[in-house]
Amino acid sequence: MSSLPSPDKIVFDAVTCSFELAGQPFLAIDQVSLGIADGEFVTLVGPSGCGKSTLMNLAAGLLEPSAGEVRLDGRAIAGPSPERGVIFQQYALFPWLTVSQNIEFGLTIKHTPKRERDAIVRKCLDLVGLGQFAHALPKTLSGGMKQRCAIARAYAVNPQILLMDEPFGALDALTRVKMQDQLLDTWTQDKRTVMFITHDVEEAVYLANRVVVMAAGPGRIQQIIPVDLPYPRTEAIRLSEAFLQIKNAVWRAVYHQTTPLA
Amino acid sequence: MSDPQPDPPTPVRRVARPKGAARQAVHRRLLLLNLSAALLGLALWAFFSYLKLAGLPGPLAVLERAGQLISNGSLLNDTLASVRRVLIGFALGTLLAIPVGFLMGWYTVARGLMEPYVQFFRTIPPLAMIPLAIVFLGIGEVPKVFVITLAAFLVSVISTYQGVVNVDKVLINAARVLGASDAQVFRRVVIPASSPFILVGMRTGLGAAWSTLVAAELIAAQEGLGHRMQQAQVYYDLETIFVALITIGLTGLVMDRILLRLEARLTAWQERR
Repeated sequence: MSSLPSPDKIVFDAVTCSFELAGQPFLAIDQVSLGIADGEFVTLVGPSGCGKSTLMNLAAGLLEPSAGEVRLDGRAIAGPSPERGVIFQQYALFPWLTVSQNIEFGLTIKHTPKRERDAIVRKCLDLVGLGQFAHALPKTLSGGMKQRCAIARAYAVNPQILLMDEPFGALDALTRVKMQDQLLDTWTQDKRTVMFITHDVEEAVYLANRVVVMAAGPGRIQQIIPVDLPYPRTEAIRLSEAFLQIKNAVWRAVYHQTTPLA
Repeated sequence: MSDPQPDPPTPVRRVARPKGAARQAVHRRLLLLNLSAALLGLALWAFFSYLKLAGLPGPLAVLERAGQLISNGSLLNDTLASVRRVLIGFALGTLLAIPVGFLMGWYTVARGLMEPYVQFFRTIPPLAMIPLAIVFLGIGEVPKVFVITLAAFLVSVISTYQGVVNVDKVLINAARVLGASDAQVFRRVVIPASSPFILVGMRTGLGAAWSTLVAAELIAAQEGLGHRMQQAQVYYDLETIFVALITIGLTGLVMDRILLRLEARLTAWQERR
């Protein structure tokens, strides 16, 4: 595995986050520290309630930590910003806009000139292979196409880091594998930092430089498992003994946790 | 606040709907049934009038009266007067309801301040305001338009407010992470996302305006379909009453269909289940 460039792009520094949940204080994550290097692909996996989505919302700026700090390039994150692209599991496409208008959304927000906008939209459509569906409404697209559109929309504003919250969770197994390969294709070309949340152990290992296994009650990091497998990841790698071993290690870390609160 | 642990997605099951030719066949059958029902109603009406039940005028007599009222111009005149009142009241009510509904949906303070009034006045039928409106506003056009405005407003304001409250939080977050400011989120997400609710509110509001109109015109008016019926009642002119009633029904139907078309066009993006 190639050596990863440092210093860290995004840093969670002793981050704690608690909510009111049904009138009760709920500790979503407790003292989590994690650094993700520039250009690194990190997946987070863990049981529900382990706070992986909370971590992502903190990085997105949609949530504020109760204690600690999340930093991007050394600057504390305060609120959402297009420098951190987010892909939601529910696609979150604007249903009243066509595919290309969805992709264009962040650019019009920034008041990018029309000609430049068109060029970027064209490029992003091609990137995700939706060129033919530029003028289609989201309701006419399949789940995989919707998510490709959402990915293109995130890429259009050229974020420094992609935050993906179980983006392929609602897709069927075949589409999922295809989407993983396409995502890795793009990632190997532009080496954009990715923080990817999933509940699928195989997906976590297949995509990542490192798999962060989280534990619940309160949410915390259980173990970080490096994936020393070369890119491009191929079917041969997916079926290899080395892959299986890492997958088993992650599986054990996820499913055989000693939980302090039963 | 975003959910710390979102539930796994529920797969959306799309009900298979008949397509193309099959749908057309269903459509044609429905149309045929609609038509049969209308004809049956007409036949019953003719039958009862033939029995001379309570001096009920027959379809032909009514048609003849309609011909007279059309040729002397009074039907058109009355219809236009009524439609104008409704459209003014409906437009005012809706134009007022949309910003108020948005304010209530978007700002907690606005909601807290306005909700008691909206909820209170909603329980009063707008027609019950007529005596008060006449005392304060006289017997001219103003009190009629006021009552109609109120009727349209109360219906539209609630649905606009519901629309804003129901905007999917994920869409708002998606806009925010793409850099949208609060004002941009409002303009580019909240307004389009709540438009289906607003349009439904407008349709119900138009219905409310129309039904309020006729009663408002029964009070004191120099022209209008309600006024025409009031006059006809004095002279026991049942034919004219029937002509006016049918005109009210048909005009209301036409206006509703126009809004329905508009709604279908503007919300074609909606995923219908």
